[in-house]
Amino acid sequence: MAMPESLYYLIQQLLNGLTVGSTYALIAIGYTMVYGIIGMINFAHGEVYMIGSYIAFIVIAALAMFGIESVPVMIVAAFAISMMVTSAYGYSIERVAYRPLRGGNRLIPLISAIGMSIFLQNLVRIAQGSRDIAMPTMISGGIDIGPQDGFHATLSYMQMIIFAVTLITMTLLTLFISRSRMGRACRACAEDLKMTNLLGINTNAVIALTFVIGAALAAVAGVLLGMYYGVINPYIGFMAGLKAFTAAVLGGIGSIPGAVLGGLLLGVTEAITAGYFSTEYKDVVAFGLLILILLFRPSGILGRPEVEKV
Amino acid sequence: MLYMKNVSTHYGKIQALHDVNLEVRRGEIVTLIGANGAGKTTLLMTLCGDPRATTGSIRYEGDELTGMTTAEIMRKDIAIVPEGRRVFSRLTVEENLSMGAFFADKETRQVQLDTVLTLFPRLKERYQQRAGTMSGGEQQMLAIGRALMSKPRLLLLDEPSLGLAPIIIQQIFDIIEQLRQQGVTVFLVEQNANQALKLADRGYVMEHGHIVLEDTGEALLANPDVRKAYLGG
Repeated sequence: MAMPESLYYLIQQLLNGLTVGSTYALIAIGYTMVYGIIGMINFAHGEVYMIGSYIAFIVIAALAMFGIESVPVMIVAAFAISMMVTSAYGYSIERVAYRPLRGGNRLIPLISAIGMSIFLQNLVRIAQGSRDIAMPTMISGGIDIGPQDGFHATLSYMQMIIFAVTLITMTLLTLFISRSRMGRACRACAEDLKMTNLLGINTNAVIALTFVIGAALAAVAGVLLGMYYGVINPYIGFMAGLKAFTAAVLGGIGSIPGAVLGGLLLGVTEAITAGYFSTEYKDVVAFGLLILILLFRPSGILGRPEVEKV
Repeated sequence: MLYMKNVSTHYGKIQALHDVNLEVRRGEIVTLIGANGAGKTTLLMTLCGDPRATTGSIRYEGDELTGMTTAEIMRKDIAIVPEGRRVFSRLTVEENLSMGAFFADKETRQVQLDTVLTLFPRLKERYQQRAGTMSGGEQQMLAIGRALMSKPRLLLLDEPSLGLAPIIIQQIFDIIEQLRQQGVTVFLVEQNANQALKLADRGYVMEHGHIVLEDTGEALLANPDVRKAYLGG
């Protein structure tokens, strides 16, 4: 018995949603890790994602100019260089916009981060122009799910790459956080920064490390989404940052599994809305979902309620 | 081993420590007693570089500590059991202990781990448990164990008896005595003046940010002023 068309339609929406959702999750981890340690939101994080996309474009264009056309080489180089450059950005953001202002009023670094965000956006605008840039399509095709002659769902190779890269990145991050010495220091800092410092640990370095890790993950998302959508411009960081921030809050800010769950949930919600109602309403539903969750579970799905330490 | 000379500390414009002079010699147990808000914890934290001393000099084994960061100071064989224990409640006992030995090499880490687990068999039973699920006494043992993991020569204790049952307090004080026998120098801040002075070689009494008395533990125990103010007459 053939399955109804509507089922394949649903599968397609879910696949699309999970694809975008996993990149939201990658960006959301940067927000959640920084918040977990210093209790502040890095509002320049979306721009780091955007810069990640641009670096990937520049690397691919440069390699093509030198006659290197091998797709795996281009993709690996794009990831590696993009992650390295954005790590430097993440580190600098912390040094310039956060560290000098830490310990004061919490609103001040918030403002400086927004300033940093505007600065980075315009830096890219001046350097690369504000028009859309087309990323070359390097990976096309996919597998069909369902009947060849009728309506069917398609899982593209690009989507598979997004799932695979996200899964590998998340696994590595989880191993780092749960097993390694520095990962343990990160968790200790998230719980009690001052006590960790009293154990002789340079907590400034740990804080900088979380900015760097977050930036590298945002770059991964930037490379992936740049190739998936095929178009980048200096303004993509704003919406992506807002969405990923929403995902982090949705899942419970400060919690890494929460960021992943929030990202996927947000991606699927958007795709379902776009697929069954209207594309124009997907942001409304996404942010509406955020409001609903915050009303009934203010600390997010997996978040812990903030307990005042005594 | 440790000298504080004319140390003053301010919180903003408020002066919390006034020209404090204090000395801890190698192998001693020195205690600092005083009422709530007298500045005991501030003194201890100033020693750790947080807050920084505004004037005066703090020397440890010949090194001047006042210009150093907290992280630098705490890597000089100094370890602290802070007020309120501050164990990492979401980390396991094992992870808490290994945080204490963050900079130790593998060998020292293993030796210290054996020492700590022999000293506190309870921690061995709870090894894979999250610290937040343990009782207050167990958490205090973990806080002391974590401090010992770095093989400190100077151990700072801030009110280790606070909020614990008398039988646990007795255990904690027994442990401090054992540590001294193993060659650890102890600087103990306590409100529980009676027990602290019995244990200590020397003691300092603090009032309103000033050191007002300095003597041997025995002499302070017998001092009528001290008895009246801190030992219930």
